[in-house]
Amino acid sequence: MIARTRTRRLSERAVRRLVHGGLTGATFFYIGVLVVAPLVGIAVAALKPGWSAWRSVFTDPFARHAYLLTAVITGQTVVVTAVLGVVVALVLARDRFPGRRLVSAVVDLPLAVSPVVVGLAVVLLFGRGGWFEPWFAAHGIQVIFALPSMVLVTIFICIPFVVREVAPLLEELGTEEEEASRTLGASPMQTFFRVTLPNIRWGLLYGIALTTARALGEIGAVLIVSGTIAGKTETATLYVLRAFDESQDTAGYVVALTLALISILLLAAIEIFKSKEERRRG
Amino acid sequence: MSAQVLTREPEAPRPAKPAAGPSPRTGVDLGRWGLRSLAFLYLGVMVAVPLAAVVQKGFGGGLASVRDALSQLGARQALILTIEMAGAVAVINACFGTLLAYVLTRYRFPGRRLLSGMVDIPFAIPTLVTGVMLVALYGPHSPIGAFLVRHGVHVIFARLGILIALLFVTLPLVVRTVQPVLLEMDRAEEEAARSLGAGRVATFRRVVLPHLRAGIVAGGLLAFARALSEFGAVVIVSGNIIGKTLTAPVLIAQLITGFKPEAAAAIGAMLFGLSFVLVLVVERLTGRRERPA
Repeated sequence: MIARTRTRRLSERAVRRLVHGGLTGATFFYIGVLVVAPLVGIAVAALKPGWSAWRSVFTDPFARHAYLLTAVITGQTVVVTAVLGVVVALVLARDRFPGRRLVSAVVDLPLAVSPVVVGLAVVLLFGRGGWFEPWFAAHGIQVIFALPSMVLVTIFICIPFVVREVAPLLEELGTEEEEASRTLGASPMQTFFRVTLPNIRWGLLYGIALTTARALGEIGAVLIVSGTIAGKTETATLYVLRAFDESQDTAGYVVALTLALISILLLAAIEIFKSKEERRRG
Repeated sequence: MSAQVLTREPEAPRPAKPAAGPSPRTGVDLGRWGLRSLAFLYLGVMVAVPLAAVVQKGFGGGLASVRDALSQLGARQALILTIEMAGAVAVINACFGTLLAYVLTRYRFPGRRLLSGMVDIPFAIPTLVTGVMLVALYGPHSPIGAFLVRHGVHVIFARLGILIALLFVTLPLVVRTVQPVLLEMDRAEEEAARSLGAGRVATFRRVVLPHLRAGIVAGGLLAFARALSEFGAVVIVSGNIIGKTLTAPVLIAQLITGFKPEAAAAIGAMLFGLSFVLVLVVERLTGRRERPA
């Protein structure tokens, strides 16, 4: 009798181990095939040609300009979406008015729109025969096939990130501390910079890191509005695309690998901001 | 929707606010109106106006413009292919996403944190780089790609490549919607079912799965919407063969560069409408769970 329950328990444990092992193995397998293998693939493809390939890419003026342009677009996008994203988050979290849910849905719209459609929208507005084209043409401002439209589409795509990270924090925070600061005589500005901002800083940084990752990897929208003029309106991702079109695969692999590495670094930053925020909440 | 607003409004503790501060009322209101108008202006100019332009251009001609768009070379096949691929991706990642979420939250094993971090990689990596990685791995110059082609499996410039690219891009979505539910769930229920004699499979199906259903559906729909609109990951991998591997977003890009903005806008507006409805459904599904806190 005793012996039998023991064997049953043993087999129960064996089954559990089998199930755990099997499911864990399947998890490793899926992530291995889907995520790790392609990363290894690109690393091998970019490193195999050796240092000379890297040197020739980094001395190529078009490649340098492409990196620079991506940095400029990303920087401008981060500034605009961070500042105005906090404004929108404040309004969504603190203000009550009819249609608030509609505004919240509008914030999420960019997540639902194909980047290609975003590019099309800007072409329809600022391209030939567009709604705003006459005004900008009259003032001599080139929007399409130039930096402004590229920044515009990138901002559109990145709008949700800061808002979606900061708004829930503000809601959770409540207004007690802010009201205390106001009653103690602080101005609205002082209250915001001394009380509100420190409380949302990790969430804000998290949103900014997400925005940066998305902005420097944007391709669909930028492809359509930029015209991809090498050395002028070609971002790093567009450079990669052109490299493959022109069978310069090695240059494409090198630039793509650098972009992948930058985004993995950003991901590490995101993880740090997330754990800081969790620690702040205690 | 307006009924929702009406029922929600009284719950909000806002009405107390105007009375709370004896501080200069006009200053406070000015600040509030300033913020509100700034937010409206930003979202209006940046989001609403551009999308209105697409919808107006695409559906301005009514049914005729839709018919004209669908009569473009390869348009029908592109839409069908895109929806098929998105559906397959949603189903596959709903299954594997649930598995990953379960293993990552319930089991402890070496490498778990690393694995969990890897789930987020597709969020961070530029989508075009995703495509480049797949070409590097499965392309004709790589040993794996050459091996597969010798055995009749075509990944690059074929539907399989599109599928893998979309699976990669949408991997985190289901995991990240299911994981929080699993973390919150009380394990006592599962243990009770097990000690009452339910088998592993029965426990999972009858006890765990009902809790996860909303999360899995929400994640699956997000994956579907994302797959519908993906451009960067697909454009290099698919080869864009008309009627075969040309997806709708790539077709839109081609129509724009081919000076057919009306057709591009009509197809774009259709895609956008579909994925917007899906996102609204997802917000309903996930929002309800978060509210009661």
